[in-house]
Amino acid sequence: MALAFPFSAIVGQDEMKLALIIAAIDRSVGGVLILGDRGTGKSTAVRALAQLLPLVAVVRNCAYNCDPHRADERSCPAECPNKQLAHREAAMVAVPVVDLPLGATEDRVVGALDLERALTKGEKAFEPGLLARAHRGFLYIDEVNLLEDHLVDLLLDVAASGENVVEREGLSIRHPASFVLIGSGNPEEGELRPQLLDRFGLAVDVKTPVDIPSRVDVVRRRDSFERNRAAFVETWRHEEDKLRQRLATAQANLEGIEVPDGVVTKCAELCIALGSDGLRGELTLIRAGRALAAFECEREMTLAHMSRVAAPVLRHRLRRDPLDDTGSTARVARALADVAGAP
Amino acid sequence: MTEPRQKTDVRFSDALLAAALVAVDPAGLGGISVRARPGPVRDLWTGLAMETLAVDRPVRRMPANISPDRLAGGLDLAATLAAGTPIYAQGIIASCNGGVLVAPMAERIAPVTAALLAIAMDEQRVAPASAEVHAFDPARFGVILFDEGEDDSERAPASLLDRVALHLDLDGIPISAATAQALDARLTVDEARDLLPSVTLPDEATDAVCAAAATLGIHSIRAPLLALRTARHHAALHGRQLVTAEDLAVAARLVLAPRATQIPPFDDEQPEPAPPEPEQDPEAGKDEQGEDDQPSDPSLNDIVLQAVRTNLPPHLLDDKTPDRRRTAGKIGARGKSGAGQENKLHGRPAGSRRGDPRAGERLCLYETLRAAAPWQRVRRAQTAGSVDPPSLRSKVIIRREDFRVKRYTGRRVTTAIFVVDASGSAASQRLGEAKGAIELILRECYVRRDQVALISFRGVTAELLLPPTRSLTRAKRSLAALPGGGGTPIASGLDAAWSLADHLKRQGQTPLVVVLTDGRANVTRDGKGNRPRAREEAMLAARRLMASGQRCLLLDVSLRGSADAALLAEGLGARYMLIPGGDSSRVATAVSMARQDLESTLR
Repeated sequence: MALAFPFSAIVGQDEMKLALIIAAIDRSVGGVLILGDRGTGKSTAVRALAQLLPLVAVVRNCAYNCDPHRADERSCPAECPNKQLAHREAAMVAVPVVDLPLGATEDRVVGALDLERALTKGEKAFEPGLLARAHRGFLYIDEVNLLEDHLVDLLLDVAASGENVVEREGLSIRHPASFVLIGSGNPEEGELRPQLLDRFGLAVDVKTPVDIPSRVDVVRRRDSFERNRAAFVETWRHEEDKLRQRLATAQANLEGIEVPDGVVTKCAELCIALGSDGLRGELTLIRAGRALAAFECEREMTLAHMSRVAAPVLRHRLRRDPLDDTGSTARVARALADVAGAP
Repeated sequence: MTEPRQKTDVRFSDALLAAALVAVDPAGLGGISVRARPGPVRDLWTGLAMETLAVDRPVRRMPANISPDRLAGGLDLAATLAAGTPIYAQGIIASCNGGVLVAPMAERIAPVTAALLAIAMDEQRVAPASAEVHAFDPARFGVILFDEGEDDSERAPASLLDRVALHLDLDGIPISAATAQALDARLTVDEARDLLPSVTLPDEATDAVCAAAATLGIHSIRAPLLALRTARHHAALHGRQLVTAEDLAVAARLVLAPRATQIPPFDDEQPEPAPPEPEQDPEAGKDEQGEDDQPSDPSLNDIVLQAVRTNLPPHLLDDKTPDRRRTAGKIGARGKSGAGQENKLHGRPAGSRRGDPRAGERLCLYETLRAAAPWQRVRRAQTAGSVDPPSLRSKVIIRREDFRVKRYTGRRVTTAIFVVDASGSAASQRLGEAKGAIELILRECYVRRDQVALISFRGVTAELLLPPTRSLTRAKRSLAALPGGGGTPIASGLDAAWSLADHLKRQGQTPLVVVLTDGRANVTRDGKGNRPRAREEAMLAARRLMASGQRCLLLDVSLRGSADAALLAEGLGARYMLIPGGDSSRVATAVSMARQDLESTLR
């Protein structure tokens, strides 16, 4: 099953799609938390996005997804068996999307002593885990709200630092693990610890479309995809190519996007008005706005960009009374109207 | 008696039809969930269904406590050790490719297992933990979930239920109605398989099915999708190339109806009201209200909706609250993730420690080998000189000090079960205060990650209004709809608390029962207004709760304190506190003190 559902064929869910695109353009935004019901196409969207991104060059069969053209510490850990540049065989692969199953053990996530080599050869070696596999790609956790707290802590930590540090069982290893963390979950089944919420860069709420025509659309597209994947993907190829091109351009232009002082000030004002803690809100707001500007092929970030990303950036950062979580989106909108004078 | 007989016949033949539909292409429909207790009817169905399903297909059984590496495939530890080189074994999922995976005791499936299965079903492939990094095994398969749960709180994982098209309920079908039935011989699975790719859907079919799903309050978009595929399979089974209204009607009945969360507005009269005891036999006369399969209006939408009504879940018909099904969804299966599959010790698995597995603790094989691994060379060198049969040479040398046993830590989750007297005149105020108290406690739980549950009793029965949760969203919604008034069936309330507490204990949690009442029981378990008997029953129920070792707290909410309540507290072995009117902040304080007590005694 090499063919995934085309991203452009996803009906509606505009906010989720935009958030994913922003997180892919600027990986430093810090991942996306998607909250919503089952069967709303959360995982479809993540997988669809990954195949839109340019292929990455990796060393063939490298467990760390090393870049074949670089061998410095940041991109290729000391343990990597493919250390010698000369022996490297490059392969172009799709951006990796690694699923982290609920209840995966810490061993499996961070990596552990390679039992096989230890037993058969008597060597102390490291067997990389899912974090290494997700390097340069996406780590997708369905039902992140049900994941054990200590694992969530660990993941967010690695996601923020881009490096996995293992200090256990006599192993002392560090390897790069830079990935975009995408968590999804249904808040009805248990909530994420409030301390962890604002570690995600963006948060979106998804709902099944309620109007019948769009539901019909969703079902139709999905159905024809299932029946003949190749043909369906072919129909959408043009759209996909356009979007792929746009994403690549945006990634290339991101560095050059200007953020005028006025916009930075407004971002700060907005965060103060909403009482979000720390500076993470402002930073993410600016990064997300800049990524959006790049996606729209513009040269500088404007207030309009800020307004469009304000809700996903800030809605999970509001200090809230746990029993009054009604309308955090509405609160953002209100503050936005005050600060930016936007509609 | 002929009426119900005929009806159950339909249910059983539907169940057989479901097996045939899935047999056409198991992966396409995801599979079947069968809710039934073990018994002759289930055995009969299983026998017939497997006969249909197993033709030219692999069928594998998956134990509920399967380990992730056996599920997805990975290093075969035993073979590797024996051979001295890594040997990989295919997992159960991959070995089911093109066939069916059978999961008995689906309500006990661990969350990891469910998550892995769900991913494999979506992706139609599985990533084994092998050396090859970007390797996948193909896995197109369907699952048959045998759900033996006692009640709504024990169900197969919602993520899997969402992905299997057909939900069957075999409970309550008399064996007499099930024997002598076989699959309709006109249905030919083999030919249907060939025909399936060329079956087409009329355009308006998608609209009709989506509209029906929306009317029934089905949120997941998978439901209409699976319904359409079921229709297609049904058409193929009947040798048709074009899906007809009949195919759609069958799909709606089998796929959409069991998922309904609200009753669609039917043209004719509503189903008759529920009998007083809903769990006795709700299907008895209601879920098959109309056998009138002649719709007056031939529009496809109506045909689909009409078909649905014959198979609506019984609880919907006696309970108008929407979303009840969704809230009942996950509790049973979820447990504490990770710990659920270990049976003796509970808590969060927290690595291992040196220890002797013979002392009743569980050996952690992986850790043991890991502990032994670095010493192999040294030990081999040591033993080389001594008598060493060559057959042992390649084996791993494990010594006593290598043994590691599993360790569990973690604060157990405390669940405060509120049993609230919602009867009579003082009800509205008392309820208001109880709500306030629950919200206050939730606020604390929100940070501590504890749970609360709410049982209310009034009128003739008790009801679990809020299943154990730490979700504020859900708690608030349930609390908003807390009704009051009527008699005081204390015994029923305590019974409900007993069974919920028992259920939670089995999951390794620590329940704390908090009863808010004035103790004046006046309704018996069977819903009769008989004060002396009601009191007696309440007392017995209280003693049973105490005998089960349950910690309780009784908060007397009458104005001046009541002797009845004090007596009841004694029966419960509970601490008695008088909190006139059930002032919410005082209730919250009392509960949080009791919980701290409870936890300090557990340490």
